[in-house]
Amino acid sequence: MSAAATGIRTSLPQRRRLRKALTGTALRWSVFAVAVGLWQLATRTVVPEDYQIYFPPPTTIGDQLYRTWFSGPASHAFLTATATHDLLPSLARLLGAWAVSAVVGIVLGVSLGRSEHAVEYVEPLIHFGRSIPATTVIPVFIVLFKFSTAMRVSVIVFGVIWTILIYALEGARSVEPLQLDLARVFKLGRLRRLSLIVVPAAAPKIFAGLRISLSLSIILMTTSELVGASNGIGFFLANAKKTFALPEMWSAIVLLGILGYVLNSALLQVERRIMGWHRNTRRIED
Amino acid sequence: MLEVKNLSHAYAEAATKVLENIDLKVDSGELVSIVGPSGCGKSTLLRTIAGLIRPTSGQIRLGGTLVQDVPDNLAVVFQDYSRSLLPWMSVRDNVAFPLRGRGMDRKARRAAAEEALDAVGLSYAARKYPWQLSGGMQQRVAIARAIAYRPALLLMDEPFGSVDAQTREELEDLVLSVRANQEMTILLVTHDIDESVYVGDRVVVLGRHPGRVIGDVAVALPGNHDQITTRELPEFVHLRAEIGRLVRQAAEANPAA
Repeated sequence: MSAAATGIRTSLPQRRRLRKALTGTALRWSVFAVAVGLWQLATRTVVPEDYQIYFPPPTTIGDQLYRTWFSGPASHAFLTATATHDLLPSLARLLGAWAVSAVVGIVLGVSLGRSEHAVEYVEPLIHFGRSIPATTVIPVFIVLFKFSTAMRVSVIVFGVIWTILIYALEGARSVEPLQLDLARVFKLGRLRRLSLIVVPAAAPKIFAGLRISLSLSIILMTTSELVGASNGIGFFLANAKKTFALPEMWSAIVLLGILGYVLNSALLQVERRIMGWHRNTRRIED
Repeated sequence: MLEVKNLSHAYAEAATKVLENIDLKVDSGELVSIVGPSGCGKSTLLRTIAGLIRPTSGQIRLGGTLVQDVPDNLAVVFQDYSRSLLPWMSVRDNVAFPLRGRGMDRKARRAAAEEALDAVGLSYAARKYPWQLSGGMQQRVAIARAIAYRPALLLMDEPFGSVDAQTREELEDLVLSVRANQEMTILLVTHDIDESVYVGDRVVVLGRHPGRVIGDVAVALPGNHDQITTRELPEFVHLRAEIGRLVRQAAEANPAA
């Protein structure tokens, strides 16, 4: 439609594909819309009157979400002062910690996965580390770093790095032996073998680890901000609870949902770009 | 060109030898078929020549120098094309990537890859991905990769074991045309007796338990190779019977396994 408006010619199959994509999206979101509608209905009918204050209807939450976070001036990308104060610091901690974990986890995981012996020695340590719930080390990091950003970033890194590492390790370990023979026959050096064969072969697993760790990062980001923080979504949430600002509290919860959804979709887009081959190979083998 | 001397190999976990006292000489430009019953160590022999496994004892010399690691001027075409082609690379990149080690720049690699794809009749598929091609076409890509690399010695490990009969014949003719156009010594391992005679200048027969050379037969077929007329020549029929007998003898000598 927009293509026609701008005068760009689209071929018939292209238009058909566009239409198919649009109906697909509409169908998918219709379930979402129905669920929100049911929620709205429930807050008005199922919830007893005395409790309705605790469960504001989605319309109220949506309105609050807009007013608290996204009703700012266009020059600030519509972010309100609250959003600048609480959303952006959270986002920075989240993405910073996740990026550090990704780099360290992937580098360590791939090198361990390719080593013949080191992995056998390190594996128990990794599984032990992974088994410790990250929330329980919050006190340790508070002792170490006080109530600082370093504390919150450390909690996230400690909580997600094991997952990224384990997936990268598994991916690097499961490279086809024949493809490694190929690297030897064609005399690829260490770096070329890594970049041309090992990393692409491990990429599907690496991305799986990144996706899991991303949602884990959001949980830990919020949790680490519930205590001793002066900004962040977690701080806002705790504060709203304390001051009994229930619609604000709900708006922060929904905001976290939106954040998770957007970040996950963005990562999926990147994955699709990089690994179109993987989806297609599987489709054909099926 | 290639000299295998007194080569024996046993895998660490197995008590019995896979290969015993193999002696083999291959001249430059020769195309030698290695045939034998399954379990005779054909693939092991090829992998030791490729330097991928170190033999328990014996020597391999390539152009006079002792093979200790994978030699420089060597390419391998594996049976399992679906694994040996990298699914994350286009057909052209699959053919071109080994040339990185040869100090060729991007443009030169690309040109070499396109020339090799042309030689196997796949220039139109350069931008496709391996999984978009049929099995026979994928194996052509693997052959193109070997051609582009311009090895002195090309090893083929049952390269046509996983394709249908029609495609198999086409690929056999492709190998013959590659040989005719390039300075290359080729060692082709197969379990197909007809194929060994049709393609090879010489057929080396391996017996099993342990793998040993039990026959070395020169093939001299008159005229140009043609899948139908060559196979009905009395010389062809005679040779395949001779080699068939050797293989059967080898298979029956050790009914175990």
